[in-house]
Amino acid sequence: MRVRAGPGPVLAVSAAIYVGAILLSGQAQYLLPENLVSVLGRAVALGLTAVGQTLAILVASIDLSVAALISASAVLASVVMDGDPAMVVPGVLAVLALGAVVGLVNGLLVAKARVNPLIATLGMALVIQGGLSAVVSNFAGAVPPAFQLLDQGSLLGVPAGLVLLLAVAAAASLMLNLTRFGSDVFAAGGNPEAARLAGIRTGRTVVGAHVLCSLCAALAGLYLAARLGSGAPWIGRDGVYDLESIAVAVIGGTVLAGGRGGVWGTLAGVAVFAMIDSLFNILGVDAFAKQVFRGVIIVAAVAAYAAGTRRLVA
Amino acid sequence: MSAAFEMRGISKSFPGVRALDGVSLRAEAGEVHALVGENGAGKSTLMRVLTGAHPPDAGTMAVGGRPFAPRHPLDAARAGIAVVTQELALLPDRTVAQNVFLGREPGGWRIDRRAMREGARAALAVFGEGHGIEPDAFVRDLPVARRQMVEIARALSRSPRVLVLDEPTAALDERECERLFLAVERLRGEGVAVVYITHRMAEIQRLADRVMVLKDGRVSAAWDRVPAPGEIVAAMVGRELGAYFPRRAEGAGEVVLSVRGGSNAALRDVSFELRAGEVVGLAGLQGSGRAALARALFGVEPFERGAMALGGRPFAPRSPREAAAAGLAMLPGDRKAEGLLLAQGVGDNGLVSARAFARLLGRPDRAPRADRARIEALFRELDLRAADLDAPVATLSGGNQQKVIVARWLAMGPRALVFVEPTKGIDVSAKAGLHAIMRDLARAGAGVLFASSDLPEVVGVADRVLVMREGRLAGELPGGATEAEVMAVATGVVPGLGRAA
Repeated sequence: MRVRAGPGPVLAVSAAIYVGAILLSGQAQYLLPENLVSVLGRAVALGLTAVGQTLAILVASIDLSVAALISASAVLASVVMDGDPAMVVPGVLAVLALGAVVGLVNGLLVAKARVNPLIATLGMALVIQGGLSAVVSNFAGAVPPAFQLLDQGSLLGVPAGLVLLLAVAAAASLMLNLTRFGSDVFAAGGNPEAARLAGIRTGRTVVGAHVLCSLCAALAGLYLAARLGSGAPWIGRDGVYDLESIAVAVIGGTVLAGGRGGVWGTLAGVAVFAMIDSLFNILGVDAFAKQVFRGVIIVAAVAAYAAGTRRLVA
Repeated sequence: MSAAFEMRGISKSFPGVRALDGVSLRAEAGEVHALVGENGAGKSTLMRVLTGAHPPDAGTMAVGGRPFAPRHPLDAARAGIAVVTQELALLPDRTVAQNVFLGREPGGWRIDRRAMREGARAALAVFGEGHGIEPDAFVRDLPVARRQMVEIARALSRSPRVLVLDEPTAALDERECERLFLAVERLRGEGVAVVYITHRMAEIQRLADRVMVLKDGRVSAAWDRVPAPGEIVAAMVGRELGAYFPRRAEGAGEVVLSVRGGSNAALRDVSFELRAGEVVGLAGLQGSGRAALARALFGVEPFERGAMALGGRPFAPRSPREAAAAGLAMLPGDRKAEGLLLAQGVGDNGLVSARAFARLLGRPDRAPRADRARIEALFRELDLRAADLDAPVATLSGGNQQKVIVARWLAMGPRALVFVEPTKGIDVSAKAGLHAIMRDLARAGAGVLFASSDLPEVVGVADRVLVMREGRLAGELPGGATEAEVMAVATGVVPGLGRAA
């Protein structure tokens, strides 16, 4: 069996550049495990969002509403909890319910109303952002200290946020690879007509993927509320979680046309972005150069995959 | 023996076409029933009725003695009918086992991957030892022939009573065909009713127990035995196989386009010459390489081996632009998809090629050969009727749209023109007009090659006919040859017929 192009090379090259640049700059302390863990810890929100985005892309859809949903989730969590530890569970449930509803509407628009996913989720993003901005204009409410453990706590030395991300990614990966729903996701994205003729309910599969995608964004909103202590209506937009979640999924080898890819590749893409951020911070290079570098990485990764695919076809 | 399934008096119309007219088909368990007919004879429609993709307008069906009225392909699958079509419906990024069990994975909520792997292995076993397909291989890594085998394995994994194979050997080489034939024979031995759709006489002779021929949506002949190939071909074209009198093409000038030993993935060792002043037809069944040859000539999917010359100079286009610059024109078969800029005006559509060769910063309408006066003159010459040059080209009739494309290429002054399905979807009078245009172009000194699936057109218009089969030029016939003769060469009934081209 032929070895298939995966995110391995991109990750390996990035890691080599990262280690090399740090060693050359003589700041080897940044390679200690706790520093590396903290580098990844800063990418938790992007990682959670991107795992969900990967599911949406795998069914040949896409979700541009995740950034707005993240803001709404963080605000909803901090307003509902409002510093009261007893309100943590209702707050979390409210946010998850919001995510489920948003995902359901997105999924129904795409799968049943046949609205192009870019348009459907862009519209959803505007609706959420507009509604949110009408209600709050700054940090609103606060999460209780107990809830902040989601960011500040740790398990066996691993930050709680990273544990959450790895757990979500593992769950998503097991679902994709071992369950019937996962199999349906690849089929519905790879060839909708073939999937339909094979008896797969492709519409439900697309709706399911969108619900999971939005739930992941809602989790990212919860995490950011814990990290910042409160929610504000711009945190999702400022993080550019919509476009960056798509970018890391693509860097990780998930094909925008659907049907091919996976969450571990996406996490590799998240790690690549995290390393770039960290490296530019350590070296003190300005943020614009970082953006340029990210852009180059995205295009180079996709070009590498495209070249690999052409060779296989020829 | 009992009928595995029976279709009685099936009729089906689509807007403007009576696709099936009172067709009855009965397939017995443990038999191979060959279904034969020209492209568009109704074979595929009949099978789509059987699978529930098209509900019939009239007629009844029964499977295993019980009435059967499928409304979705899944109904047919549950009734034990499995269909392997030519459009491969596999997921390239999933494994063989995942494709075989697509939509009905073993196990409950959690997929039993071992059972899936074993099941796939068992289904593939019908192809005998050494078929070389691993259940864990990704479909994208398999050559087309193996993918076809995966499709068949998918059908077989449902343990069907009826297996429909729609031209299963189109993508297979000889060894793989043999593997498939053995598999079909094995299935027949196990009591499966096999409906085998094919054009190829050799396969019918080898496999079939009974033969039915469809023509224009009706049963034109049916035998409870396998008749001689000539009888089958006669039923396909609707008349007797005529006598064959060799006759050379006449009145042609010097060679404008020559191909020697042209080969690529779809074509094998194609050699022919096209002379100034002649109109040459290119015939062959679907998948025989007609379209592939046109694409190779025009540099879309170039030849990998062999040599060409255009106007006496070596010609090896790697892109349509190079081919056009050298003086070749191609008029694509699918006007809407490959020919026209539908949203733009008539004049712009006529000028698009000439403008493409204008200077980068020059005004496009001042470019040589790209002025509106010239294109208007060409339109007049072709008797193109359009309200004005800015009318959207989509508002024209099919015949006039084709004239726009002809004009586009005439503006380039080509030495040779390749038409692909020039009159597809064009009404009868416009067809005659286009045939006259092709003749006029030849008379003006160009070489004209046209690939067409319309046999009467090929034999009626061409000075000589090149017949393709399985990616090769199977033979050459003079103009005025009968349809039956062309069909005989195209199907391989008479491999030696005609001068080897």
